[in-house]
Amino acid sequence: MKYGKFRGTKKIEKNIDNWSELCLHHQSISNQMEPQKNIEERIWDYIDGLSNTEEKTAIEQLIATNLEWQRTYRELLEAHLLIAKHTELDEPSMRFTRNVMEEIAKYKVAPAASSYINKKIIWGIAGFFLTMIAGFLIYGFFQINWTASNSSDVISQVNFDKLNLSKFFSNTYTTIFMMINVVLGLVLLDLYLHRKKAQATN
Amino acid sequence: MLGALTDTEVISRVLQGEQQLFATLVDRYKNYVFTLILRFTDNREDAEELSQDIFVKAYRSLSDFRGESKFSTWLYTIVRTTCITFLRKKKLDTTSLDNEKTFLQVENRESGFRANQMESKSKQAMVNEAINLLSPNDAQLITLFYKGEQSLEEIGRIIGADPNTVKVKLHRARQRLREKMEKYFSHEIREIQGD
Repeated sequence: MKYGKFRGTKKIEKNIDNWSELCLHHQSISNQMEPQKNIEERIWDYIDGLSNTEEKTAIEQLIATNLEWQRTYRELLEAHLLIAKHTELDEPSMRFTRNVMEEIAKYKVAPAASSYINKKIIWGIAGFFLTMIAGFLIYGFFQINWTASNSSDVISQVNFDKLNLSKFFSNTYTTIFMMINVVLGLVLLDLYLHRKKAQATN
Repeated sequence: MLGALTDTEVISRVLQGEQQLFATLVDRYKNYVFTLILRFTDNREDAEELSQDIFVKAYRSLSDFRGESKFSTWLYTIVRTTCITFLRKKKLDTTSLDNEKTFLQVENRESGFRANQMESKSKQAMVNEAINLLSPNDAQLITLFYKGEQSLEEIGRIIGADPNTVKVKLHRARQRLREKMEKYFSHEIREIQGD
């Protein structure tokens, strides 16, 4: 029993030894793999012609003197040539070009997007929103009681009582603004539906 | 005669009303477009239909081509967006083409491929079958770089990434291609190395 226990302990110790060996082995593999990965990346750049002159000379020297670099270079160059020379393109059916030409005969070249997208309108919309944001910010800043700036409570510095929102949302201007928006929305919807209908009939 | 015209010359003449000249561009790029689409969908019929749609789209928006990039780069951008829309319509999750679903798709391709594995292959067949075993993104990247004559910057413009990211992705794609070739065509590779 004691012997068995002893053997068991020995086994565990041996396993621990193996485990630490395994860890060391794994670490050495990862250490080896990292430079290998780096070698491959540098050689691929060299093959693709992406290395600068200095790097190119350094790689050429390494290939000429280092066996590891020589072997990797040979392997990668072989793969590169194989892909470059032997990748073939698939071909569509014989009638393909004729089919495309028959199809495009139904259409006209659409005008360039830049010709119908009016930049002035886009800048106008952007300007409107920026002015609105700036207006609200300025108004907000004017509501702050700057004399009470010693207080650490920032919220208390803003005089919310002075913010009378109902003044802005109940007056005639707001109603007019909302009405214009609704009308514009309906016009846009009408245009969209009209275009959809035209596309469907085509 | 028409073959000597550059893409830009053909485009300006098409825009001036010589619609038939567009056939030159179709002939020039149909194989590239078709192959790129086949990297996304295995179905040749779908690929042909999508290719046709892409050329029609390209024709209709030809006046939007400002010549800031190559025509092929502009066309491949349309290919990519159209393919992504197509896959979305097919209820495939295309938020990332390297995700689990694509992985499963590739795995299925691999198992189907194993069933029909031939004894020995030509280099061409080997490379193309290995490319087909890659994820659509990797396969498309390799096709664009090696066959589409696109630089890293141009590929970046097509896929919406910066050139450094494209470079890393390309390294990884080639690495995965080499792994596939070693896994499934070790015999052929040894033969090549023996040549």
